[in-house]
Amino acid sequence: MSELEVTDDRWLLPEGIEEILPEQAKILESARRELLDTYESWGYELVITPMMEYLESLQAGTGKDLDLQTLKVIDSQNGRMMGIRADITPQAARIDAHSLNRTTPTRLCYLGTVLHAYPNSLGGSRSPMQVGAELYGHAGVESDIEVIELMLETMKLLGIKNYHLDLGHVAIYRDLAKQAGLDTRQEMELFEALQRKAIPDINRLLTEWKVDNRMHTRLSSLAKLSGGVEALNQAKTLLSNAGETVNTALEELEKIAIKVNQRRPEVPIHFDMSELRAYNYQSGVVFAVYVSEHGQEIARGGRYDEISKDIGGSRPATGFSADLKTLLNISSKTQVKRSNQKTIFAPYGDDESLQDMIVALRATGEKVISELPGQKGDAQDLGCNHILVQKEGEWEIQAIKKKR
Amino acid sequence: MDKILTIALSKGRIFEETLPLLAHAGITPIDDPEKSRKLILDTNQSDVKLLIIRASDVPTYVAHGAAQIGVAGKDVLLEQGGKDLYEPVDLHIAECKLMVAATDEAKLAKKRLRVATKYVKTARRYFAAKGKQVDVIKLYGSMELAPLVGLADCIVDVVDTGNTLKANGLSPLEHIADISSRLIVNKAAMKTQCERIKEFISQIEHAVSTR
Repeated sequence: MSELEVTDDRWLLPEGIEEILPEQAKILESARRELLDTYESWGYELVITPMMEYLESLQAGTGKDLDLQTLKVIDSQNGRMMGIRADITPQAARIDAHSLNRTTPTRLCYLGTVLHAYPNSLGGSRSPMQVGAELYGHAGVESDIEVIELMLETMKLLGIKNYHLDLGHVAIYRDLAKQAGLDTRQEMELFEALQRKAIPDINRLLTEWKVDNRMHTRLSSLAKLSGGVEALNQAKTLLSNAGETVNTALEELEKIAIKVNQRRPEVPIHFDMSELRAYNYQSGVVFAVYVSEHGQEIARGGRYDEISKDIGGSRPATGFSADLKTLLNISSKTQVKRSNQKTIFAPYGDDESLQDMIVALRATGEKVISELPGQKGDAQDLGCNHILVQKEGEWEIQAIKKKR
Repeated sequence: MDKILTIALSKGRIFEETLPLLAHAGITPIDDPEKSRKLILDTNQSDVKLLIIRASDVPTYVAHGAAQIGVAGKDVLLEQGGKDLYEPVDLHIAECKLMVAATDEAKLAKKRLRVATKYVKTARRYFAAKGKQVDVIKLYGSMELAPLVGLADCIVDVVDTGNTLKANGLSPLEHIADISSRLIVNKAAMKTQCERIKEFISQIEHAVSTR
């Protein structure tokens, strides 16, 4: 009994690592092609980044979160530490800054499996299929708008319904924290509390640190400044004297919201002044897509001008990414489209004219499955809906009458 | 058509003390969880349901969106990290303290303490901040027993009246955190059903402040 138990679970996959079986793989592959073709038509060039590289470049400018998320191995050739990619964004930034080294705006897109040391949510995947697009070399809101639009287009293409766009700006909090004289540790501690909109905790911390009343009100108000356009207006009133950086940030948010709303009026926009996703490496506007049936955001992005500085470049950057597997779980396209494609069964035989027929059919894009001698099951068992039949020496396709 | 608003609560003290707050927001349950075996309770509002689950499961349900709103103790939130959630309101109910307790002060002087608790992460974090390496022994209940039978040097647990500690010859020695129940909100719900949730939050806030 014990032996059985020991060997019984050896085939199980590691926690959070999943395989994709034929039916799902077909859907995923067609989505993958559709997305990459669309990105191509917007001028985003596909890059295929390495599965692993040295930690220094893999994590350039990204901070501790990504470090903990990265699985590491030692390069036995020189003893340096390599990481298996946990996020493709910094890799794309490196490609832009070092491999391509252009001065013009550069648009890159990518799609690949990344590996996470721990899932981002309970029971979540540790091997998301990250798809994304990045735009380098332009610092204005126009490039943010383009990337947001491409992110929303992605949702539309995948048949996701009732999605909301969430907008925030990390410069608002970063600047207010600076004005209030918070040190790095306090800034991070308050950031944690803001991410939880834990107003009681925020007030306790600010009181503990003896932050002056005016800054206290401003910082704690961030947790409440969320909602539709009224939240943006409220922010403009409350933070009107909070300095140029904050005002510029609010103006940027407004510009982005107006443009996106003009072009995609069907997408509700939600502002959130305490939303500071990937605070360590974002530097400007941050955005995300939410649907009500999924607890976390399903796509995310933002401006991150600092990463390239960390690896010796100086290129402004903005982009988004998402897990294609999550998106497809939510999408209404999860049912296999009952395509009209024929699946043709070719009986086993040495007949040359049969082989010619099969080759000719495949060349026109038909799907032909050859019978193997002595195989189990018939044409229908293999999922075929047509069969090749010889009539008066000629091979022709006949529809199979359903037996069940 | 409005979507169903689901509120996750745990039985007992949190449920009883949350009821008046919900009543302020116009929500009263139709079934009594102490009498009913139902885990999903209907309320007087057809689009509001109450989910009755274990206290430590409340954050999980809310983070996953199985409930949009929940009431969870700060002890549970501290232990589980809870960065996948919003916790905008301190309800000031089920108030107690998270403390280190032992038979006497001398027990805490040891170099490497054995700590019995169900708050494994919180205990480790607390002692680490004090520069102390400890061995944490995870228990699921009756913590007070551990120091008496020599399983641990001290315990980390929530203390309300302190009577259980006293009855077992333990005294609360170090204060880790003040605990009370928080209103927690699912992130996506906050963004996609913003108006309704914010309205609910402000009603609850009002109920808390006028109590």
